[in-house]
Amino acid sequence: MSSPLLTVRDLHSYLATGQGVVRAVDGVSFTVRQAEVLGIVGESGSGKTATCRTIMGLMPASIVHTGGEVIYHPHGDVNLLKLSDREFQGLRGADLAMIFQDPMTALNPVLSIGDQLIEAINAHSKLTAAESRARAVELLERVGIPAASRRMRDYPFQFSGGMLQRALIAIALASSPRLLLADEPTTSLDVIIQDQILSLLLELQQDTGMSLILVSHDLAVISEMCDRIIVMYAGQVVEEGAAADIITAPRHPYTHALLDALPHSAARGRLRSIGGSPPSLVDVSPGCRFAPRCRFVTDECLTWQTELVEAGERGHAARCWRHQELAERQEPWQHSELA
Amino acid sequence: MSASWAASPSELLMQLATRAAVRKRSAVRRRLTLISGLAMLGLVIAAVLLAPVLTGQSATAIDVLHPLAPPGTGGHLLGTDQYGRDLLARILYGGRIDLAIAFGATSVTLVGGTVIGLLAGYVGGRLDSVLMRIVDLFFAFPFLVLIIAIIAMLGPSLFNMFLAIWITSWVSYARIMRAQTVTAKKQQYVLAAKALGYSGFRVMFRHILPNTAAAVIIFSMVDAVGNIILAASLGFLGLGVQPPTPEWGSMISDGQNYLLTSWWLATLPGLAVVVVGVAFSLIGDGLADILRPGDR
Amino acid sequence: MSRFGTLPRRLVHVAIVMFGITLVTFFLLRLIPGDPALAILGSSYTHSRAVAIDNFLGLNRPIWTQYGLYMARLFHGNMGYSYFYNEPATTVILQHIGPTIFLVIYSAVLAAIIAFPIGFVSGLHRSGAVDQTARVFFTLSFAMPAFWLGIILLLIFSVHLPVFPLSGFGRGITGHLYYLFLPALTIALGFSTVLVRSLRAATIATLQSEFIDTARMKGISWSRVLWRHVFRNAVLAVVAVYGVNLAYLISGTVLVENVFSLPGLGTLLVSSVSDRDYPVVQGVTLLFAVLIVLINLMTDITQAALDPRVGQEIGT
Repeated sequence: MSSPLLTVRDLHSYLATGQGVVRAVDGVSFTVRQAEVLGIVGESGSGKTATCRTIMGLMPASIVHTGGEVIYHPHGDVNLLKLSDREFQGLRGADLAMIFQDPMTALNPVLSIGDQLIEAINAHSKLTAAESRARAVELLERVGIPAASRRMRDYPFQFSGGMLQRALIAIALASSPRLLLADEPTTSLDVIIQDQILSLLLELQQDTGMSLILVSHDLAVISEMCDRIIVMYAGQVVEEGAAADIITAPRHPYTHALLDALPHSAARGRLRSIGGSPPSLVDVSPGCRFAPRCRFVTDECLTWQTELVEAGERGHAARCWRHQELAERQEPWQHSELA
Repeated sequence: MSASWAASPSELLMQLATRAAVRKRSAVRRRLTLISGLAMLGLVIAAVLLAPVLTGQSATAIDVLHPLAPPGTGGHLLGTDQYGRDLLARILYGGRIDLAIAFGATSVTLVGGTVIGLLAGYVGGRLDSVLMRIVDLFFAFPFLVLIIAIIAMLGPSLFNMFLAIWITSWVSYARIMRAQTVTAKKQQYVLAAKALGYSGFRVMFRHILPNTAAAVIIFSMVDAVGNIILAASLGFLGLGVQPPTPEWGSMISDGQNYLLTSWWLATLPGLAVVVVGVAFSLIGDGLADILRPGDR
Repeated sequence: MSRFGTLPRRLVHVAIVMFGITLVTFFLLRLIPGDPALAILGSSYTHSRAVAIDNFLGLNRPIWTQYGLYMARLFHGNMGYSYFYNEPATTVILQHIGPTIFLVIYSAVLAAIIAFPIGFVSGLHRSGAVDQTARVFFTLSFAMPAFWLGIILLLIFSVHLPVFPLSGFGRGITGHLYYLFLPALTIALGFSTVLVRSLRAATIATLQSEFIDTARMKGISWSRVLWRHVFRNAVLAVVAVYGVNLAYLISGTVLVENVFSLPGLGTLLVSSVSDRDYPVVQGVTLLFAVLIVLINLMTDITQAALDPRVGQEIGT
């Protein structure tokens, strides 16, 4: 097992909105190891994007509270949350990079792709103009953009969604970061392109040995790509573990429900959506936050002080006090396509 | 309010503080702008209409004993001009003309321009092209210059001022309304109305108009400010009402000659224009807040 | 792919607008109630001159012929004859065009210098000191008639604190810059209200865009993000507003020239109204309109130069 790269400990991130204080991230902990692919899965509003942005220091101005630690080990175990924006600048791009969900709006519309890529390259290196340009072309080719040299001069509006996402990946990799956070990188692309982009990401990850955090609401995508998985709900981690364990032996009712909702289940006549809607992150309930929508809820669940309990091997944990019973009651989970 | 659970007193405090902040931006505060604007305007209109009550003086009577009197002297609250005419009276009576233009010019162009825009947008085709070409043509001219030219041809008078403004200002309304109508035409409620067989007029005036009026009404407030300033400007240039009828713009122009000695002659009438302008601005902002929240 | 793809189309459009303008100015003269020849000649009326004018304007011929004659004359730079100045109208007008052009450019530049920093900072630090102060200041100045503001500035800076001259155009470029500072400032302040509001809104909107996050993610300095990404995009919105409000700017020069007694087109326009000098009125109106069309064209070109997406609107 490789050494840890980034350790998130009890992370909190609260935002002020018109409806009150939203607890976007409410006590999240996990570790990312070197050359590991970690998946974060959850519905919208689960806090997965907020977690990534907090790690990168890219939260909006309405943030009112951050708590916990984000320890980046290669730099002497520095806590990223304690860094000033200036200090953080040095790390962004060179150590940590991020790509966002909608490629159509993630690039400056009035600058050429080449300019924006060269800007990323020059942020952390001192190359001559010719060298930067050459490196930029090289990067574009590496991410699979044909006629890279000519396309340097083009503007974002001249690229398709898939091409833009490739360009964004090139920008993210420009300074050879150790950790790449990919927030729903394929959600706004169509299915065929999705596959291409995901394969590209995996390929790049394996080539460079960087760690990758992949965020998605699509468990199918996550299971294919990741070594370890974190399942998030209402700002908390509700289950974590090795990908294979999570998929074959889920220990939290929410994870069960997510797997049930996948089209693969339809073959066994078990396609079920998860009833109800995500809870308010302003008025959080004292007990289990998933209780209102849980198939296995009991009265005790409503007041139980939730915590992650060990539920299996290889660091498998779940935030459910009934996980043992549920494991015994369930049929063994078979998802041959996913495992 | 649902019970919420705070882990610590500081969290509770934070929650209370945020709730208070949220409440501040409530409806009452949004209406404040509108109310203050209406109040200001109301006061001005009242003052101007009640001029005979508020000041016993005449706007044209010459006080031989007190020419160019500073404010407060000789029984003249705001002073007198070079002929000894009371400034307060002249401001109050003069306001009638400027306000008349603000209301009279704006309302006609509002109605006229809106109807034309509505027609152009709804009927489309040839009519739309022709009307919009005319609109574009007018927009190629700086309005003040065009109005001056029209008044030049027709001769300076109060009525010709109205006429000149009517001829040129309807275009802004037409353009806004046409754009709104074109968008509205594609909405469900219009398609439904047409499917029900309602006549064109009915669809236009009873369905589209109420839903799109917000934009032109808000603009009319901006236009009113413009018209007040326009009226004063034309008066200033000597192209409006002729002396001795008082009017804020011409008063400022006269006052400019005495800037070195009697600053109040040029300054105070201008202040009146500003007050009315601010009033209309506030009304416009207030309406915008109410009719289209979230633009801040 | 050419950035200026639709430029030829726009030039055609401009030509059409120019024709339309001449139509309007042509009909202006026809608005005069009564006999145009009598009106034009005024005190210089003699029967032979009246007949000459009738023939010159083609008053006894169909209206389209009259328009044709008018256009033909225009192409030769002939805008009629000013009986008031006893010179061709064109000469009179050209004598007055300098100060106006100078004033327009000066005001436009001053407005940018004032409004851009204030608008940008207001947007960056919403509800901050700059934002609040600017809002109050500009709401007030928006309601101030340009000519009154000019008088107030005169009062303060020419009468009570003799810093700037009361009137006149001055000599030489530095002279012009000095003499025209107050007039240009007057216009610029009125203009700035809209610019500040627009840039503020555009800055706020741009700050929320996702490409700002991408830029920050690269690890470049915040000031670089501000300039190259935020400002560069926010200013696009303002260029459009700039052009649209130029009509206001032009109207402003008419009034301000009068307040500061500048020998420009604005003063000429107003004096020729009271002088009943119709050909000059017509000519100045035409010239102002042409100025606006040119300014709009320049705005379009600037927009195309700054925003690569603009030139691609073929067929829109």
